[in-house]
Amino acid sequence: MRESTVMKIHYVTGLAALLTVAVHVMMRVITPFSMSLEYENVVANYQNILYSLLLESILILVSIHGFNGLRVMLLELRQDAKWEKFVMLFTLTAMLVVIGYGTRTIIIVSG
Amino acid sequence: MKKKFLLARDTSEINLPRASDDTSDIVLNIYRGGPNQKPENSYDSYRVPVSRWTTVLDALIYAKERLDSSVAIRYSCRMASCGSCGMKINGIPRLACYTKISELGTHTITCEPLPNFPLIRDLVTDFQEFFDHHKKIQPYIQNLHPDPSIDKLSEFEQTPQQVDEFLQFSYCIKCGLCYSACPTVATDTKFPGPQALAQAYRYFADSRDDAVEKRLSIVDDKHGIWRCHFAGSCSKVCPKGVDPALGIQMLRSHMMSITKKPKKRLAELRETSREGS
Repeated sequence: MRESTVMKIHYVTGLAALLTVAVHVMMRVITPFSMSLEYENVVANYQNILYSLLLESILILVSIHGFNGLRVMLLELRQDAKWEKFVMLFTLTAMLVVIGYGTRTIIIVSG
Repeated sequence: MKKKFLLARDTSEINLPRASDDTSDIVLNIYRGGPNQKPENSYDSYRVPVSRWTTVLDALIYAKERLDSSVAIRYSCRMASCGSCGMKINGIPRLACYTKISELGTHTITCEPLPNFPLIRDLVTDFQEFFDHHKKIQPYIQNLHPDPSIDKLSEFEQTPQQVDEFLQFSYCIKCGLCYSACPTVATDTKFPGPQALAQAYRYFADSRDDAVEKRLSIVDDKHGIWRCHFAGSCSKVCPKGVDPALGIQMLRSHMMSITKKPKKRLAELRETSREGS
């Protein structure tokens, strides 16, 4: 994949993450802060299909944007082919693990 | 900074050059040493007489000619055209020939080699890597598909609007000041730097060049144009008024498909002017 394509994805996911996190925060503000963190309320959020989809999209968007940002920072640390390959594999694997584990949690709780 | 004074110990009585004075003295601290020398104890100080119009290069030449011939400096045209005398003057990358001492507003001038360049000796740095980056972006017009209807010996005509698209970027003298001020170059040696990227835009925006995709594929790399953090220091230090940060952003916006390709826009302008005439 060309770097320009990767960076397009980076910028789009960044903007989309900003939007979805804003919606998420706005929805938390609807109820008092202490109530929003109560066990029943949290579980109820997950059981709402639209809210689960919102959380899943936040997870995917933030993971892609965040781990690509980490890849960019690590690439600037050292400049050799082995390091670049390691950084690429490490960030891609970490991203998939985080998305996989987060998705599992959302599915289990919403189940 | 521990200084080794060769000719001046007490600088308290030194006066800045004034309009009414013919000459006064300044203290010129020059970085001395090679690439493996420790930074401490690496400055020699010289007392140099200056006038209102004396440049830092004049003061360096005075020090080299009359006080210490072992000082290594590189210069040529003395008129900000060749880009040879770039150095860090009082902490900022500047051309020594283009910096008047009276403009600096101090009686102590410190000259150091340009950062982000391998040091050869004293104020002389190695430009090989810098020129390699410059060459890599193919900084020349490539007309791969010339119009067969145009006489091969005739020049390529351009409208003033077409020239304006790239003119400021063609003023680059390759002095390396932008490269030395770039924070990305400081950490990523594979990053082409603001000079090479601005030149990529210069040829990209030139209506005579049609190697757009070829050149863009060179800068569209892991260590290419996307690693620019847009600090803007390259544009701030350029002695020729070039804005490399602008060129980089223009090229990026084209690659992100935000702006129209300038040539397409220029072709439209050309059509409009033809219809008008």
